[in-house]
Formats: sequence, C-alpha cells, structure tokens
Amino acid sequence: MNPRAYRRFKSHVMVGLMGVAVLVAVLPLLAILVSLTLKGASSLSLAFFTNTPVPAGETGGGVLHAIVGTLMIVGIASLIGVPIGIGAGIYCAEYPASRLAGITRFVSDVLNGTPSIVVGVFVWTVVVAQQKHFSAFAGSIALAILMIPMVTRTTEELIKLVPVSLREAALALGYPRWRTSLTIVLRTALPGIVTGALLSVARAAGETAPLLFTALGSQYLSFNPDQPMAALPLVVFTYASGPYEEWHQLAWATALVLILVVFLLSVAARLATRQRFSSNG
Amino acid sequence: MTAPTKSSAVHQAPDPTSGLLGTSRADQFFKGLLTLAALLIPLLLLALFYELAHGSAPAIAEFGLKFLTDDVWDPVAEIYGAWPLLFGTLLTSFIALVLAVPLSLGVAIYLTEFAPEFIRKPVAMLIELLAAIPSVVYGLWGIFVLIPILRSTVFPFFRDTLGFLPFFDGPIYGPSVLSASLILTIMIMPFIMSVSRSVLLAVPNSQREASLALGATRWEAVRTVIVPYARSGIIGAIILGLGRALGETMAVTMLIGNRHEISASLFAPGYTMAAVIANEFSEAGTTLHIASLTYVALLLFVVTVIVNAGARLLIWRVGRKSGG
Repeated sequence: MNPRAYRRFKSHVMVGLMGVAVLVAVLPLLAILVSLTLKGASSLSLAFFTNTPVPAGETGGGVLHAIVGTLMIVGIASLIGVPIGIGAGIYCAEYPASRLAGITRFVSDVLNGTPSIVVGVFVWTVVVAQQKHFSAFAGSIALAILMIPMVTRTTEELIKLVPVSLREAALALGYPRWRTSLTIVLRTALPGIVTGALLSVARAAGETAPLLFTALGSQYLSFNPDQPMAALPLVVFTYASGPYEEWHQLAWATALVLILVVFLLSVAARLATRQRFSSNG
Repeated sequence: MTAPTKSSAVHQAPDPTSGLLGTSRADQFFKGLLTLAALLIPLLLLALFYELAHGSAPAIAEFGLKFLTDDVWDPVAEIYGAWPLLFGTLLTSFIALVLAVPLSLGVAIYLTEFAPEFIRKPVAMLIELLAAIPSVVYGLWGIFVLIPILRSTVFPFFRDTLGFLPFFDGPIYGPSVLSASLILTIMIMPFIMSVSRSVLLAVPNSQREASLALGATRWEAVRTVIVPYARSGIIGAIILGLGRALGETMAVTMLIGNRHEISASLFAPGYTMAAVIANEFSEAGTTLHIASLTYVALLLFVVTVIVNAGARLLIWRVGRKSGG
C-alpha cells in the first residue's frame, strides 16, 4: 500500500471508530428508556396518581404524596432561586467589567460543579440542625442553592446576546437604567432566560441527594412545608433499595413519571428559546 | 466578549439626565438589588466552606490529618478514618474517566467534524437528554438491569479471561466497585461530550480549511490541527467530568455495595465519600459521627472546588483565544 493510500485508509478507520463510539454512547440511553417504559408503564394506573402508599407487602398504593411534595419543594425552591439567579445574572451582564461580576461569574461556575450532597450537608447544618427537625422548606433551600448559579450563568449569557444598540436607543430616549434593564433588555432576552430557569427546575426536580436529610421523605400526603415531605426521587430511592417486589414495581413507575417530568421541562425549555432566537442559530 | 465591555464604559459614565428626571434614586435602588444578588453567590461559597469547616471541627480536633490515612470506620467505637472512602472515590472516578474520555471525545469529534449534517443535531440532543436523566434513575436501572447482566455474563467473562490479574479475581458480587464505575462512565460521558463539542465548535473554520488545503486527510486535520487547537478546552471538559464523577452520589450509593474496605478486586464492594454521607448522615447519632461525616463533606467540597476552578480556567482560555 502506498503511503497516500495508507493515510486515507487510516483516516477512514478512525472515522469509523468514532462512528462506533456514537453507537456505544447512544446504546445506554436507549436501554434506560426501554426498561423504564417496559417496567414502568405496566405499573401505571389511575390509582398510582391518586393514592398514597399502603403498608409494605400489600399491593396497590400510589405516589400522590410524592407528586405533591415534588411540586411544593421544587416550587418554593424556584421562587427563591430563580429571582436571585436572574438578578445576579443581570448584574454580571450589565456591569461586565466590574470586579464583582468577574468573581460572581467564576464562583457560579465553581458552584455549578459542587456535589449536591455537600449542599445537603450545608443546609442540614444551617437549617435543620437549628430548627431541630426536618422540613420540606429546608429541602427547598438546598435545591434553590443548586439553582442559583445555573440561572445566573444562563441569564448572563442570554442578556449578552441583546444588541447594544437596543440598550443605547432606550437610554438615548431618556429611559432610566432600571427601566432600560427591565423593559427593554430583560424583555428581549426573556425567552432565553425562561429556558435557563426551566432547565434549572428540571435539574432540581431530579435531585435526590440534597433532600435525603433536609426534606427527608414521608409516607403521608402533606401540604405543610415546615414538616418532612416526600418527593419523587426520594420515593424511587427508597423503593428501589427495599426488599419487596411491589416496591420495585412502584420504583420503576415512579421513575418513569419523574423522567417524564424532567424531559417535559427540558423540551419546554428548548421550545421557549427556539421561537425568538432561531435566526441566531 | 469585547462588545459588552465597550458598552459598559458608556453605561458607567455619569448620566447627566438622570438627576434632572429624578430617577437616580430608583437607579441606585435597582443597582443595589442586583449587587445584593450578585454578592450572594460568592458569600454562599464562603458560607459553605465556613459551615462545613465549623461542623467538622470536633472530628478535625480528634483525628486531624490522620483521618485521611486511617482505614477503620467504626461508629460503635467512635473511630473514624476515611482512607477507604478516599480510595473508593478516586478509583471509581479514575476508571470512569479512562472509559468515558475516549468514547465521549470520539463522539464529540465525530459529531463536529465527520457526521452527516442531518444526524448531528438529533444525536447531540439525544446525548444531552442522557445528561438530564436524574441520578437516582441511573441507580435504579443499575440495580435491576445493569447488575444482573454484569453478574451473569460480563464479570465471569472478565474473570475467566483476565483472572490472572488481581483486579479481576475473587468472588463476584453484584454491587461492586466495577459496577459503580460503569454507571459513572455512562453518567459523565454526555457531560464531557457536550462540553468538548462546544469547544470543538469554537475552532475557527480557517484552521480546518488550511490543514485540508495542505493535503492532510480529514483524520490528520483532526489530530494535528483541530484537537491541538482546542486542547486546553478539552482538558477542561475532562476535568469537569472528573468533578462530576467525584461528587456523584445516588447512583454510586445504589451500586457500590457500601463496605468500608479496600480490596484489590474490582468485583468486591467498596465505598465513596458521597455515598457514606448519603447513607449515614441522617442516622448519625453522636456528635463525633456527624462531625466526621461533615469532615468528609468538607474534603469532597474542597477537592471539587479545586477541580472545577482549574477546569473553568482552562475552558476560558480557549474562549479567549477564539474570541481574539
């Protein structure tokens, strides 16, 4: 084989290998989705959504308590985390050269990679240990701490896409800065910011580790954020680690519901941006 | 990057009209609110560090740095040593990186350089969905699907063919260091892939064209021009993946078998730092037990902060290079 043909041959082999890598990478995703659908769907029923758990060993029972719990815990977390994240993001975009913006940007990136279990320990120390009891509210704080840096970074990135001319036009017309920021810049960037917020909500909804010793989990339907509360990921963990076959069935069904929630949020997030920013690629 | 910097000079100049219109106070209030939000994030980092250090003070006083090297963890006798945890965390993350890096780089390069246009976006989206799957679902799948396959076919095969190595010797358990490492591989792969893909996309087309014009094959263009150009960003992506692997909790807790022991065999159960916190924290009875677990959390926090900060610095370097 002459050198040129050898080089071409090698190129083809390497490209082929990388194509194989794609197949290997996509395989586990398909495997997970297939097992979730097969094992989860068979346990889904109306009762699954409307009932609370039955004693171990009995069949039936549902996860209404965990659906309510996830909605409440993640809802409160979003109310805390999203505004703070957006505020910090606006600051970084509006005063990009300031020292604080540089620090905040960098620390956000670092916090984004902090293990969620560490945040759980932190919230246990500052909230649960002080109050002397577990509560859904403590879980919300833990999730909010995970959401803030994510929302900050996406908000900043999207505000930076707003053309400077737009901002300058508003200022030139005599708009004060706060109105320019809120009604011109923020509004233009809004679809993207919604995307960022929804993605962070999706991530928070799937988090288990920070809830283990904050919200703790519960077997009962509860609407009181000052008490321990169940959440879908906690239910999956408890039922998957338990010894009963019925529990395993419920774990699969709950995981299917959880993943549908997370995927719907992610898809909604992407759709929110597509309409406005599609021209920018 | 440069445009907003320029505009900020415009914004920060004194605004002559604001005083006349009586809005400067509103502006100050608005800026104050934003500053508060932005300040909160660095404060959060400091608070995390302070509270974890404060909470682990009893354990630090009792065990000091010996905590890192002692291998007995006995809540009954109140003796705590974290070496098996450190070892388990490092080992599972190392195996996961060794397996995930070539795969995810292969996918990232294929998707940015070679794949037909119509499969680029769908595959990239599919793999990002993989990143959105909650950790506990990976754990569930690991327990009921992955482990049975590993225990019945894959592990025996390894033992029969590679059993002369101590890593692949000994009794086969389902939950084990190797099972946990494999689930970690699946979990960090989409992450490394999507970051390195965005780094590769930032390589200017002129670089590709120049190398192809000089007669390089497409693979040679990748190996000699594109990857070297993006090198620090790719290394950053790998380190970010490492950070993920080190702190990953639920799936590992469910698959590693949770035993405070170090074994040469990868088929044996082990433990990680994150997993021990998840398992023992809510049941810890004594002050020293809680403090020791907080000490573990502090160590994990410090390590991941260093790892992530390093990765970010590397990734930013690529961003600046292609920006300027």
